[in-house]
Amino acid sequence: MYRYDDFDRQLVLERTEQFREQVKRRLSGDITEDQFRPLRLMNGVYLQLHAYMLRVAVPYGTLRADQLRQLGYIARRYDKGYGHFTTRQNIQYNWPKLDEIPDALLDLAKVEMHAIQTSGNCIRNTTTDQYAGAAADEIEDPRPYCELIRQWSTFHPEFTYLPRKFKIAVTGSPNDRAAVKVHDIGLRMHQNDAGEVGFEVIVGGGLGRTPFVGKTVRDFIGKNDLFSYLEAILRVYNRFGRRDNKYKARIKILVHEIGVEEMQRLVEEEWAQIKGGSLRVDDAEIAHYIEQFAPPAFETLSDDDSEFERRKAENREFSNWVRSNVIAHKQPGYAIANVSLKPIGGIPGDATDTQMELVADLSEQYSFGDVRVTHEQNLVLPHVKKADLFSLWAELKNANLATANLGYVTDIISCPGLDYCALATARSIPLSQRISERFSDLDRQHDIGELKIKISGCINACGHHHVGHIGILGLDKRGKEFYQITLGGDASENAEIGKIAGAGFSEAEVVDAIESLVTKYLGIRETGERFIDTYRRVGMDPFKEVLYGDR
Amino acid sequence: MSLQVVTANRLDDGLVVFLTADGGWSENIDQSRIADGKEAGDALLAEASVPELDTVIVGPYLIEVEQQDDGLVPTKYREVLRTKGPSVRQDLGYQAG
Repeated sequence: MYRYDDFDRQLVLERTEQFREQVKRRLSGDITEDQFRPLRLMNGVYLQLHAYMLRVAVPYGTLRADQLRQLGYIARRYDKGYGHFTTRQNIQYNWPKLDEIPDALLDLAKVEMHAIQTSGNCIRNTTTDQYAGAAADEIEDPRPYCELIRQWSTFHPEFTYLPRKFKIAVTGSPNDRAAVKVHDIGLRMHQNDAGEVGFEVIVGGGLGRTPFVGKTVRDFIGKNDLFSYLEAILRVYNRFGRRDNKYKARIKILVHEIGVEEMQRLVEEEWAQIKGGSLRVDDAEIAHYIEQFAPPAFETLSDDDSEFERRKAENREFSNWVRSNVIAHKQPGYAIANVSLKPIGGIPGDATDTQMELVADLSEQYSFGDVRVTHEQNLVLPHVKKADLFSLWAELKNANLATANLGYVTDIISCPGLDYCALATARSIPLSQRISERFSDLDRQHDIGELKIKISGCINACGHHHVGHIGILGLDKRGKEFYQITLGGDASENAEIGKIAGAGFSEAEVVDAIESLVTKYLGIRETGERFIDTYRRVGMDPFKEVLYGDR
Repeated sequence: MSLQVVTANRLDDGLVVFLTADGGWSENIDQSRIADGKEAGDALLAEASVPELDTVIVGPYLIEVEQQDDGLVPTKYREVLRTKGPSVRQDLGYQAG
């Protein structure tokens, strides 16, 4: 894994000290809230409903054991004993005190962590496949490129005051687990006809109040040229992106308004000016970063482990967990173990201080000290020997971390919603809890199969409802929470924005409405079809009918 | 006539507070000074918005409340949550006691 060099260390420490001084000046009245707000936002500090919120970056969702342990410590020392993993692979603390946040940031810096690029109109923390470096279907580990993007983008003087925030996601696998098509820039690694590995560049995707699937501006950019090409896109956006209206300021609006061909033309024109310059990264430098993410010292093992098979055969609970939460690894004899943060009836993405510390310990014991955060708000131990899965599972189970529901109907994405968020129009967590309880029966979840429910508590769509197979958007209707349902969304390589089914439902009605959709699907699906497949085959009407009848 | 109180977040710890009768800030909405009607509300907010308070609180604003048997209750659910804490963690926030 990437380790800070002296430059990184100095940068983070200086930033922490700067913020300490800014907080001091704010508390003493030397600067006003209006002056302070942009400064605190550049350090991940928001003011939410009940208190301040600190968002900590987890670059490309990768954590070392000591970092996760420290996140647990911070939860206990500066918060109320828990944190919330977000759809941006980051973690948020809900109760830090402003006058203690500089100390929290210093404690983060001790393990090479920070809150840089977690807010403000800059290039945000880059996200990627949570199974990077482990997935059997991967072309190459995307994280060296994510790290290079981080180094290029952190405090980039030209891109610190963009028209709006800017999010980049990268996938190294054809099976997109990083939702790259709904980011400002999505990079999809693939091979060109000459057999070289590079990236398809997708621009102008996004969710929020105006959702779009991104459009391809270039089918292939070689690794050496990636960074100058990104710079060219950002320059075009910085110059032409709208600054007159916050709601029309994202690059997706620019791409939509001028069209992808014109966008392409502008980017190519800009790129022609800079492509041979200092942003061209040579093979030796790329190799240096690939080396930083070299695979751990795997043992040479057979892919068949008889002990593992025996445990599965003997223990139904364990085999259920393996069925949903364990994914194929590229290295024979190893597996990827997903740690669900979606216990039945729990709060999606929340983890206690002791749970974080336990997963950190388990990662050292079983996964080379490597932990991942997923945009679906779960954790991953990416490199576990099949022979160790049973012991790992038993320890996770003791800490309520072995819910066997990955990808099922109870593995719900939910934003914090009105329970915490100052922007929210309705609560989303209680709804996710009630849906989770309604579908708690595991046999029923198996029967339903993969079904992605995603809930946002406002139009900003942090809960990715637009790309949920079933999406739920919480709104405020004359002082009452009500929920709009969208169907057919998809965050994968087949990305689609869901369509609104019709009028919204009250808090009391909405869980029944979801269940009626699932029942309909079970009634009309063909063999092997997931919910989304059936929806694509039959369209909206049959589902609309169960929701609204003659209404 | 609508009853209103002024709420804000305290600068140092960010917690929810309400403007009290003596010009201080309380975590308990029942200690709020109540304004009745638009004019009184505007006056109350003006008092809470003076520059000297910039080192005490952040973002003061008026909320509508109703006088109920067990005290003052905001009319908007968002504000009810602010007087209590997250509905999904009743062990946290003011509701935890």
